Amino acid sequence: MTIAGYFFYLFSIVLISSGAMVISARNPVHSVLFLILAFLNAAGLFVLLGAEFLAMILIIVYVGAVAVLFLFVVMMLDIDFDQLRKGMSRYLPVGILVGLVLLAELILVVGGFSVAPGAFRPVTGEQVTNTEAIGRVLYTDYLYFFQLSGLVLLVAMIGAIVLTLRHRSDSKRQNIARQVGRKREDAIEVVKVETGKGIS
Amino acid sequence: MLNTISPVEAATGIALQQYLTVAAILFTLGAFGIFLNRKNVIIILMCVELMLLAVNVNLVAFSAYLNDLTGQIFALMVLTVAAAEAAIGLAIIVIYHRNRGSIAVDDINSMKG
Repeated sequence: MTIAGYFFYLFSIVLISSGAMVISARNPVHSVLFLILAFLNAAGLFVLLGAEFLAMILIIVYVGAVAVLFLFVVMMLDIDFDQLRKGMSRYLPVGILVGLVLLAELILVVGGFSVAPGAFRPVTGEQVTNTEAIGRVLYTDYLYFFQLSGLVLLVAMIGAIVLTLRHRSDSKRQNIARQVGRKREDAIEVVKVETGKGIS
Repeated sequence: MLNTISPVEAATGIALQQYLTVAAILFTLGAFGIFLNRKNVIIILMCVELMLLAVNVNLVAFSAYLNDLTGQIFALMVLTVAAAEAAIGLAIIVIYHRNRGSIAVDDINSMKG
């Protein structure tokens, strides 16, 4: 077996066992940390496959953003997780059943299919790095895909902001519209003060 | 001449089926986790992330073995959607917890669905 083969087995075994730990860990914080480990090992598999760009994106987007978001929410919300784990054994049999059926089907599919001869195209033409190859097609052939991804992210960003933003009535928050709309007449009044009388 | 073995497999000695098996196991783990942690929405979201990761492994493996970049572009798209889904899902969890003080799935029945 080549070095790549050993690394494949290393990454796969750690990936699958950390995936198992994600769903079985008692503490959700540990779940998130195992999720990060799973993503790192998937990135390793991507590097083995020659998809370095996606591997780095996976680390940046998932480990850097999504996992931290999960960690943030798990730690911020005050949730009794032990209470949420009650009744777990009730769902275990049906879960195992569904899992086994799904796995059997997938293994049957994987074991039963073969790629048509000739579908494996030989590598021809000039050799460019993975990132350059993706860059060449991403902004030309798949421009609409790219724009659509941006739109999805924009909608998600606006959605998350709209969902979580709230105006608290008890906080003295700056109201920029009121500040800008304020006129001189509303704020100051020029009074002619007569001597000895004062202002009532 | 038609080649029956991918250049990637010739170079590394790893068959496409091995990657597909890993992805299948990971996908099954994700689906099983949803059943196992039926009450905890956060773990369910993590399980969905695991399943999307398995799909990504499949897409990238096919992309590499068939020497076609479309799979990687699509994996990028899946990554985007997964990130958006996580952000929206967690935002919903945060406001639900703020309003109801609980995120147990059994309690989320105010729409009588």
